[in-house]
Amino acid sequence: MSDNEIVCRCSDLTRQDIKNFIEQGYTTFDEIKRVSRAGMGPCQGRTCMPLIMKEISQITAKPIDKIRPGTYRPPIKAIPMGIIVSTIEGNQNG
Amino acid sequence: MVKTADIVIIGGGISGVAIAYYLAKKGVKNVVLLEKDYLASGNTGRCGAGIRQQWGTEMNCRMAKLSCELFESCSEELQYKGDIEFKQRGYLLLAYTQKEYELFKKNVALQNSLGIASNLVSVNEVKEIVPCISTDKVIGASFYEKDGHLNPFHTVRAYAQAAERLGAKIYKFTQVTDIIAVDGIIKGVKTNKGDIHTGIVVNAAGAYSGNIAQMAGLNIPVYSERHQTLVTEALEPMLGPMVMSFSGNFYCQQVPHGGFVMGRTCENQPRDLRTTSSWSFLDNMTKSITQVMPILEKARVLRQWAGAYNITPDRQPILGAAEEVKGFYIAAGFSGHGFMFGPATGMLMSQCILGEKCELPIDMLNLKRFEKGELIFEPSVV
Repeated sequence: MSDNEIVCRCSDLTRQDIKNFIEQGYTTFDEIKRVSRAGMGPCQGRTCMPLIMKEISQITAKPIDKIRPGTYRPPIKAIPMGIIVSTIEGNQNG
Repeated sequence: MVKTADIVIIGGGISGVAIAYYLAKKGVKNVVLLEKDYLASGNTGRCGAGIRQQWGTEMNCRMAKLSCELFESCSEELQYKGDIEFKQRGYLLLAYTQKEYELFKKNVALQNSLGIASNLVSVNEVKEIVPCISTDKVIGASFYEKDGHLNPFHTVRAYAQAAERLGAKIYKFTQVTDIIAVDGIIKGVKTNKGDIHTGIVVNAAGAYSGNIAQMAGLNIPVYSERHQTLVTEALEPMLGPMVMSFSGNFYCQQVPHGGFVMGRTCENQPRDLRTTSSWSFLDNMTKSITQVMPILEKARVLRQWAGAYNITPDRQPILGAAEEVKGFYIAAGFSGHGFMFGPATGMLMSQCILGEKCELPIDMLNLKRFEKGELIFEPSVV
């Protein structure tokens, strides 16, 4: 994988961008997310989180199971507000 | 990690990093900041990212105004290479009841007397300022164009990096486990990475400020209550100001990135520092905001999260020295507006700790006020 390849498609970040943050001392996914917006887009980190954790593991020489994963937040899939509202109303009526 | 420090600050949110920056800027050599997780991992990083000057008490107005002035120039002053995403498009506060509108009249008069040029606006003017909202049942509003937005993560990073350049030491993932005080005098702190001797400890621990105060043998009148927030996917720019309402129980802004960030106060929220999310928040938030902004029906909710407000009885912060424990200082109890008060907190606490003349009369915010019982209550909080 080259350094110019996109790691986070939602926020348009390359492997090099991520490596730069790790080298600045951001060694958890949640820190990198907050400074770079990695994992803040529509996929909510489902693509980039494992890739970023792998980069952290390589640069810090820590096994990947010792790297703290990011927090998964609800909802699992992005849902339009109107659908949430009509579902609540549907439940109330029926 | 260092073994001694002139001043130890507990908490790596906006208050802590701003205090560290102002102390280092004034030449204090051995400033140490301890954060149990990463910077802005607590409630600075969980807030709604708004900065507002339209408050209902004199001190909240003055803290907010001073902070806003400092925010306006902080990117240059801190020589930050990133983007703090500062945006001044105003706060629009909607009144849905006559009683609320009367409160706005009083608040605006107070704000104007303190140099905050807010004004009351009619329903037609509301439509002009924010064409995409429904003014159904709105009686009037108050508006101030210099209120706005900042990215909390980058703002904290900007202060932290500037503090470090000036010699402050910041230790993240370092948790304070106890505070050592002998005969009512601060001697040091214990952490999970070793002890630090110091004569001055600053409690800037946000939601944990009550716990930290207890380590120093003090009970401070604060509690931490969960508040929730959600964000949508990025949309085309359509909403300039933060729109909020106390009676409508919501705030909502479109951040520069394009997402709509919004929150409300739910009933019976836990006060045990949990940061889990609830379905009822998602349901009630989407229901109320789509009535105000029907255009958001198509906007997809990306994620919801929670933080805590560290709340005092009068909804104003506790700032300054704790007289019972010599060397112990408090910057806590911001009641949901700690981020927007950050620069003023940093400046005032540094002046107070160094015995300088304070920019604002922070004696009015000292812990002692609760004993005297002469409280002035902030009426304008979501």
